[in-house]
This record gives sequence, C-alpha cells and structure tokens, in this order.
Amino acid sequence: MAHDADVLIVGGGLVGATLALALDRARLSSVLIDARPADTQNAPGFDGRSYALALSSVRMLKATGLWPALAAEAQPMLEIKVSDGRAGTGPSPFVAEFHHGEIEEGPMGHMIEDRHLRRVLQKALDGARRVTRLSGQTLEKQVPGTAEIELTLSGGQTLSAPVVVACDGRISGTAERAGIRHLRTDYGQTALVCAIAHDLPHNGIAHQFFMPEGPLAVLPLAGNRSSIVWTEATDRAAAIQALGDDDYLQVLRPRFGDFLGPITLAGARWTYPLGLSLAERLVADRIALAGDAAHAVHPIAGQGLNAGLRDVAALAEVLTLAKRRGEDIGQTDVLNRYERWRRADVTTLALATDAFNRLFSNDDPVLRGLRNLGLGAVNALPEVRRSFIREAAGLSGDLPRLSMGQAI
Amino acid sequence: MQSTVDDAEVAKFEAMAAEWWDVEGKFKPLHMMNPVRLDYITSQIAAEFDRDLTTDRPFAGLRILDIGCGGGLLSEPMARLGADVVGADAAERNIPVARIHAEQSDLTIDYRHTTAEAVAGAGEQFDAVLNMEVVEHVADPLAYLTACHDLLKPGGLMICSTINRNAKSFAVAILGAEWVMRWLPKGTHDWSKFITPDELYDLLSRAGLEPVDKRGFVFNPVSWSWRMSDRDLSVNYVTASLRSH
Repeated sequence: MAHDADVLIVGGGLVGATLALALDRARLSSVLIDARPADTQNAPGFDGRSYALALSSVRMLKATGLWPALAAEAQPMLEIKVSDGRAGTGPSPFVAEFHHGEIEEGPMGHMIEDRHLRRVLQKALDGARRVTRLSGQTLEKQVPGTAEIELTLSGGQTLSAPVVVACDGRISGTAERAGIRHLRTDYGQTALVCAIAHDLPHNGIAHQFFMPEGPLAVLPLAGNRSSIVWTEATDRAAAIQALGDDDYLQVLRPRFGDFLGPITLAGARWTYPLGLSLAERLVADRIALAGDAAHAVHPIAGQGLNAGLRDVAALAEVLTLAKRRGEDIGQTDVLNRYERWRRADVTTLALATDAFNRLFSNDDPVLRGLRNLGLGAVNALPEVRRSFIREAAGLSGDLPRLSMGQAI
Repeated sequence: MQSTVDDAEVAKFEAMAAEWWDVEGKFKPLHMMNPVRLDYITSQIAAEFDRDLTTDRPFAGLRILDIGCGGGLLSEPMARLGADVVGADAAERNIPVARIHAEQSDLTIDYRHTTAEAVAGAGEQFDAVLNMEVVEHVADPLAYLTACHDLLKPGGLMICSTINRNAKSFAVAILGAEWVMRWLPKGTHDWSKFITPDELYDLLSRAGLEPVDKRGFVFNPVSWSWRMSDRDLSVNYVTASLRSH
C-alpha cells in the first residue's frame, strides 16, 4: 500500500510544527494533524506568553531557516541572575550570576513571544512542499501493522505511514492508546504567567528569585517589557488570578522590588498547574513521543520547549538517516535509537527540575541556608558555573546536528 | 506464496521471519551492525552511480545482487531505495522466510535459493553486488570472488566485508562473539578462514577487480553501537572494488 507520507504527526503545536519543518528540510514528507481549526494559531495580539529559547534551540531554528524571521522579535538574554528571596525583603546577598561571556559564543538564549513563534512557524508551513496540514481533526484510532501504521481521524479519513509521532501534549491520547503510561506528580503549585511593561530597561538580564512559595522568573522581552513566571500554591494562585489587574499587580510588585521602575500589565494573564509528567517509554510499535507528550517538566528552568525541540532535532535526524539508508523508519530498532538518545536527557531534566523545585520551594531555615551556600558555591566556582550555563543553554551531551546549527 | 506450500509450513516460515527480524532476538548482532553496513553500502553506491540519497528511491534503475541474503536485512533497504534486487542464499530455508517478510513490508524482491556461481553461470549481471560476511565462509575464496566479478556489469561495484585474521579478531570474533556474548552460535566462524585486508585486496585483484576503498567497522562497547573507521580494520572491515569498463 502506498503511504500518505513518511511521517504522520499528531498535534500541530510548536513541537509538531517544528518537526514537520525539520523533516521537510531533510526531504521527508509529513502530514500534520491538528485538532484546532486552521486559523487559530495566527491570532495577532500578544497573549502574554513567551519562551526562553536556549542556544541549542536557536541554533536549530537557524538550521531550519526559521531564525531570520524571528530574530527581529527576539530579545537576547545576556545575563542570568539567580537569588534566594522572601517577599518584601528582596533578594539575599548570595546571588549566582551567569554571564554569556562564560560560554564561547553569543547570548545565553533568547526570549521570544508565543505569537511571533507561532506566526513564523505557520508561515513556514505554508511554504513547505512536503507538509500536508489537516486541521480541525482529531485522532480516533491507530492500528500498527507490519509495514505501516494506520490512523483513523474524526472526519472518517484514514492515513498510513511507516511511523507516527505524537506531539499531542501532556495528556497524549496517542500515547495512551499505545499503552504508554506516564509517571505524574502534582506539585500542588500553579504558575501565574503574564507580561509586564516597565519604565526602566532590563539590559537583557533575566532574574530568577527563589521565593518560599516557589520560583519567580523575570525574563526580558523586546523593548521595556518582561515576561513573568510566578509560582504559588494552587489555591493561592487561584485567588491571585481572580483579582482585578490592579490588585494582581499589588501582589506581584513587592516580590521582585522596584529595579525595573513602575510596572503595568502588557497582555493577558495565564495560569498553568504545575506537575511533572514523564512517559515510561518514548516509543511504542511504530510510534514515537515528542515534546510534552514525552515529558512535561516544571518550568523552573525554562526547559520545556527547549527539551521538546531537542526531541525534534534527535528524532528528525534518526528518521532522516534511517530513510537514507533504506531502513523501515518505523521499525523498532530505528525508534529505539531515538529512545536511547533522548532518554538520559529527559530523565535527568525531569529529576533535576523536580529536585530543584523541592529544594527551593519552601521556607525551612536549614534549606534556606543550604540554598544560599549552594548558590554562593556556584558563584565561586567557575567550572561549576560554566556547566550550569552549558546545561541551561542545551549545550551538554551528545547533540543532534540541528542543535549544533547544522543541516541533517 | 505458492499454493503448494501447506499452512503449517507458512506458519513456520512466518515464525522464522519474525525471528530474523527480531532486533532483540538471535540475529541481534546483525541488526546492530546493519546501520553502519548500510551507511557504507549506500554511500559507495551513491558515489559510484551519482545518486542523491536525500531523494526518494535514489537507486531506481540499478540492479543489485545480495549474496547470502538471509532474512533480507540488506535486500529490503536496497529495494526501499528503489533498486531491483535479487537476494540469493545457499540456505534453502531462508528463501520463504525472506519472501514472507518482503511481502509484509510491501516490497518486491526476487529471492532465490541459489549460489553466486550458479547466477554467474546463467550469465546474469548487476550494477552492484553485495558480498557481506560471506567470503570467510566459502571453500575457495578466489573462485568465489571470480564468480562475483563475472556477476558485475562493466563498471559495476562490489561491496565485500569480512573479518581480519589476527590475535585481536580471534579474541573478539571467536571468544567474544561466540563464547562470551553468545551472539553467534559456536562454530559460526573458523578463524583460520579469516582474511587480512592485504590478502583480500590481492584476491580481489586476482579475480579481475580493482579495489578502491576499505574501512573498518568498529564496535564501541560503551555506546553499544558500531561505527565506521578509516584506520581500525583490526576485526570487521569492508572493501569496495570495481569491475573495469
């Protein structure tokens, strides 16, 4: 039977779209199946969401030709300051600072708004010859066979290809139907996310304050604006989210002091319940998981999307090389290569962010002392600091070609 | 399948096909080595016949013979890349097994229970001959390689891999693979029949072929995978040679 494409991608979000484009660049065809109607991803207004793109992610966007359209909207992160703090008292004197000069090239990463990233991806998909988009359709059934896997969509249409990639998010129906279970932890915390405008320039500096309630990140956006990711216990977060804008800002202001001058809201306010979700396996019979479907982590280090893009880079490379050598790209040992490549990174990331959060999200004086000691130590030891930076920039480990800025 | 084959036989061959293609099963060592073997084969064929591996079915129009095809681990990728493939195996039981798997994979491959000498004797010729891990098993390597030469069209390419003969290859391929890891049945290889790269180059030349390239296949026990090496031909290695125009 002739296949509809090399790869069927379930989920047309950031990870699914990037995978379709990475495959297209390597001359593999895909069908991108998205539950949302076609135009919902092109809403023009800034909705308050943004991402911290690690250096490896930026390199990947460069290698897939997407960066030129994004560069003008991206804010370089030149420095990251990490400090322990308590509401009203400001940051502790033990501040760990990470400068981009400590790694070999350029900024440590870039902040990009969700609306710009989505718009650029959609436009690139419009011009991608090997990508077919099916919008407003969900996956109803998946049947793996000896030479392909067949999908039945909500509209009744059937599609077949050697392999399916599930990019359908943290509650992945595709993974569930394939019998892949997820390890899930609920932190009892919710991230409050918004963008603010401020009078004083941020100078490209990102701040991470570790508050007893949970971490607060202030991340520089283009212009005099910053993205706020602010973690509170879930019931308290719900109460804060229910406040009017003025009262919301009243709660927020003392948390990071007045170093940016007067602040106002610049977009909608969002909440995300926090939890760790980790797939027990990244692959099943003719199925691979990528992005949040494989691992949804605490946004404490801003690594969720970056990890998803590293999945894309690794998977695109594994599938492309397999196709060029004539292998069945959905066969078990091909997919196992992806599993082996990503498993260590994904597990490390999940455990590290989990431990990090447990260590930093409480007011125990002993732990507070340890934290200060730890941050002070990080600051005092250049080698340790460099490895932190390289890890955060996505530069450690055996990198896929795309993550090094090279074509496959 | 032919209608004369009874159902019990088909079921047996299906089970054997599943075994051949089980990446964790008894042919695991071949599956582990297959990507690096295919990397070499595809890049050599692409270079010789000016094909672009990033396109669909880059080997369309090429006739390829896979000697010692087994369950089709090399024949299927060649067919998927667009080549017209003949898979030959002297072991009769492999043929229906390979046929069943090709059918399950939606591929058309001409599998035959025959030998290189018999195909050559019938006057058939190919653009490329894959001669992977066979030469160390034959009784008369020179006669065998001469038949392989005759199987090539003028300008045709032969890929030939085998195992070097030295203390290390004895330790790795016999003691390691057969006795310690139990990757291969004991007695799979006879160390005295292993061939050094110089000896193989000499045999290829005497068979009328021009050796043009050689590389090592090296197993890395840390990453648990095979890679190609320009310098380390101490155990497994591969050569490319041409029949002159």
